[in-house]
Amino acid sequence: MEILDLLEIVDVSRRFDAFLALDRVSLQIEAGEFFTLLGPSGCGKTTLLRLIAGFDQADGGDILLDGKSIIATPPEYRPLHTIFQNYALFPHMTVAENIAFPLRMAGCAKKEIQSRVGEALENVRLPDKAGKYPDSLSGGQKQRIAIARALVNRPRLLLLDEPLSALDAKLSEQMQLELINLQKDIGITFIYVTHDQSEALALSHRIAVMDHGRIAQVDAPSRLYGYPNSRFVADFIGKCNVLAGHVREQQGDCVTVELDGLGPVHVCRSETNFGVGSRCALTLRPEKIRIGRFSSIPGASDTMTSMSVADTVSPLGDESHFTGYVHDLLYLGDVTVYNVTLSNGILLETLLANSASGRTNFFEVGDRVEVAWSCDAGHLVLD
Amino acid sequence: MPAIWCWINTMRKTMQGKAWHKYLLSLPPMVYLLIFFAAPTLIMLFASFRYAGEYGGLAPWYLHEEGRLTLDLTLENWQRLLGTDIYLRLFLKSVGYAVMTTLICMVMGYPLALTIARSDRKSRDLLLLLVILPFWSNFLVRIYAWMIIFSPVGALTRMLNGLLDLVGGGPVTLMYSPTAMIICLVYVHLPFMVLPLYANLEKHDLDLLDAAQDLGAGKWRRFWLITWPLSLPGITAGSILVFIPVLGMFAIPDLLGGTNGIMIGNVIKQQFMESRDWPFGSVLSIVLTVTAVAVVLLGARLGQGRGGRG
Ligand SMILES: Nc1ncnc2c1ncn2[C@@H]1O[C@H](COP(=O)(O)OP(=O)(O)O)[C@@H](O)[C@H]1O
Ligand SMILES: [Mg+2]
Repeated sequence: MEILDLLEIVDVSRRFDAFLALDRVSLQIEAGEFFTLLGPSGCGKTTLLRLIAGFDQADGGDILLDGKSIIATPPEYRPLHTIFQNYALFPHMTVAENIAFPLRMAGCAKKEIQSRVGEALENVRLPDKAGKYPDSLSGGQKQRIAIARALVNRPRLLLLDEPLSALDAKLSEQMQLELINLQKDIGITFIYVTHDQSEALALSHRIAVMDHGRIAQVDAPSRLYGYPNSRFVADFIGKCNVLAGHVREQQGDCVTVELDGLGPVHVCRSETNFGVGSRCALTLRPEKIRIGRFSSIPGASDTMTSMSVADTVSPLGDESHFTGYVHDLLYLGDVTVYNVTLSNGILLETLLANSASGRTNFFEVGDRVEVAWSCDAGHLVLD
Repeated sequence: MPAIWCWINTMRKTMQGKAWHKYLLSLPPMVYLLIFFAAPTLIMLFASFRYAGEYGGLAPWYLHEEGRLTLDLTLENWQRLLGTDIYLRLFLKSVGYAVMTTLICMVMGYPLALTIARSDRKSRDLLLLLVILPFWSNFLVRIYAWMIIFSPVGALTRMLNGLLDLVGGGPVTLMYSPTAMIICLVYVHLPFMVLPLYANLEKHDLDLLDAAQDLGAGKWRRFWLITWPLSLPGITAGSILVFIPVLGMFAIPDLLGGTNGIMIGNVIKQQFMESRDWPFGSVLSIVLTVTAVAVVLLGARLGQGRGGRG
C-alpha cells in the first residue's frame, strides 16, 4: 500500500490583480510533521495558509487532504484549524465557552463538551481560567487558550500564522518549547508560518523557505543550514559569507573553484554537477572559518589560533588559506565576531569562541590575520 | 442632582490635589445642565403640586390670610392623573408606538449598518453621507412632504388603491392613520439607529468571523453567535436614541395622526398651550421623564452585559 502524504499542495497559484503572490507552489506535508513556511515578510506565507484553511481561493492548482481535493470544501467543513496572529478569541465568551465553541459547532453533547473543555484546559495548564474573559488574560495565556480551542476537537492539521510574534523574546522562547512538546505529545501535524529563521530552525522537522511567492528550498533544518541550494537561502538562514566565482574543474564530488579576486579553492562533497566555467558562489558559515595570527613563515601555520586555541591547520589542498586584516570586531560575550577584509576587498565574517580562560579578544582592529577553511566546510551553489 | 453634589465633593477633594484643572473643563457643561436641565426639572416638580392660575400659568404657592403666610399646594393634579385610566392608556399607546418604531428601525437599520460597515472605504463614506442626508433639510419640512405623499390624491394612495381595486379590495386612506405615523416615525428616526450601530459594527475584528468559520460555524451561526452579541451595545445605544424621542413626539401625531393618533406628547403640549394647565402638564412631563430615564437605565444595564465586551 502506498503511503499518502497528509496534505498535498499541487501547483497552487494566487494572483492579486497583476501581482503574483503565489507562483505554482507545490508541497507535500507528512502526517505528524512540524512543517514550517519560512520567508521574508510579503513572500506569500499568509496567502498560502489562507488557501489551505479555505478563506481564499487559489487561481490554479489543487490542495489534497488525505488524497482528496478540498478545494471546493468551505472552511467550516475542513478538518483543520488556524491559530490567528492576534489569537482571535471571542471577547464576549469566557475561556471555557471559547474552547467549547468548536465542540458546540460539531453538535457534541453538553456532558462531553464539559469534560473535554476541562481536559483541554488541563493540557495547557490553565484549569483555573475557565470562567475568565479573554481580555483578562496575558498574551501567553491567550496564546495557550487559542491553541486549546483549536485542538479540542482534534483536527487533522493545525495552521499557525506567526503565533509568537506578539510575545516578548523570553516568553516567545518558552512558548517555542511548549509548542515542540505539545506537537510531540498530541501528534497533530503543524504547519507553522514565521519570518524568523531561528524560530523555524528550533521548531521544525522540515522547513520550506519561500521567496517572492515561490518555494526556494524544502529541507530539514540542519540540511537547510548546511546545504542551502541558493544564495537566497544561504543568506536568509543564519549568517553566511557568500564568495562569488566560477567552476574551473569538477572531479566527482570535488570541485575546483576560482574565487573572484582570491584564486582557486577546493570544494568537496558537492552534490550538484556544475558545468565547467559556470558562475557559482561558495557559501561559508562564519563558525566554519578558522582565524589565526598571520605568520610570515609560509606553511608554518602552527601559530594559528582557532576555536580550540592550539588547533593546527592541516596541509594545503584540503585547506584554503587567505590573509587579511581585521576590519572590525563585535564582542558578544560567548563569542567574538571578527570581520576580516580579504585581499579582494570582500568582508569575511568569522567567529571565535571566547572559551580560553582569561582571554576574550584575540585580535585588535587592523591586525593582520590568516583565515582558513577545510574543503568540506563550504557549500557551493549556482549563482 | 446627586451628580452635582458628587461633583462638588470631588471638586473639593481634588482642589487640594493637583488635578483640579481637569475639573475646570467640566465646569461649563455642568453649569449649563444645572441651569437648563436640573433647575427646570425641579421647578416642574414643584409646579406639579401647585394650582393653575386663573388665566393660565401658575397660581401663587402661598396665601396671605389674616396676616399669616400659608402654603397653597395640592395633590389634586396627581390625583387627576391616577383617577382615570385615560392617561395610563395614552402612556401605553405612546410606549407602543415607541417600541414599534424602535423594532422596525432595528430590523431595517441592522442590515443597512452591517452593509455599510462591511463595504470598502470609498463606498462606506458615500453610504454614510446618504444616511445623514435627510438631516440637511428641516424636520417639519420633511413631515409636510410626507403629508403630500400620504394625501388621498397623492401618488402613493392612488397607486395603492388602484392595486387594491384590481384584487377587489376597498379603497384605503393613508393620511391620519397609525400606518402613516409609524412610517413617518421610522423615516425620521432610522439614522439614529443606523449611526450608533455602524459605529459599533465597524470596529468588529473580522478575524473573529474567520476564526468562527474555521472552527465550524456556518453563516447564520457566525452572525448569531459572534456579530449579534458583539453589537448589543450599538443596538442599545440606537434603541435609546430612537425610543426616547418617539415616546415624547408630538409633531408627527399632530400633523399625520389625526384625532385618534394623539400621543402623550400631544397631551402635554395641549396642557401647556391650549388648556393652559401648567400643573397638570408638569405632572405628565415628570411621568414621561421618569419613564425615559428608566428606559435609559434599563438599556445601560442590558448593554453592559456580555455583549458590552469587545
Ligand atoms: N487581499 C489582497 N489583495 C492584494 N494583495 C494582497 C492581498 N493579500 C496579500 N496580498 C499581497 O500578497 C503578498 C503576500 O502577502 P502575505 O501572504 O500576507 O505575505 P507574508 O504573510 O509572507 O508576509 C504581499 O505583497 C501582499 O501585499
Ligand atoms: Mg503574514
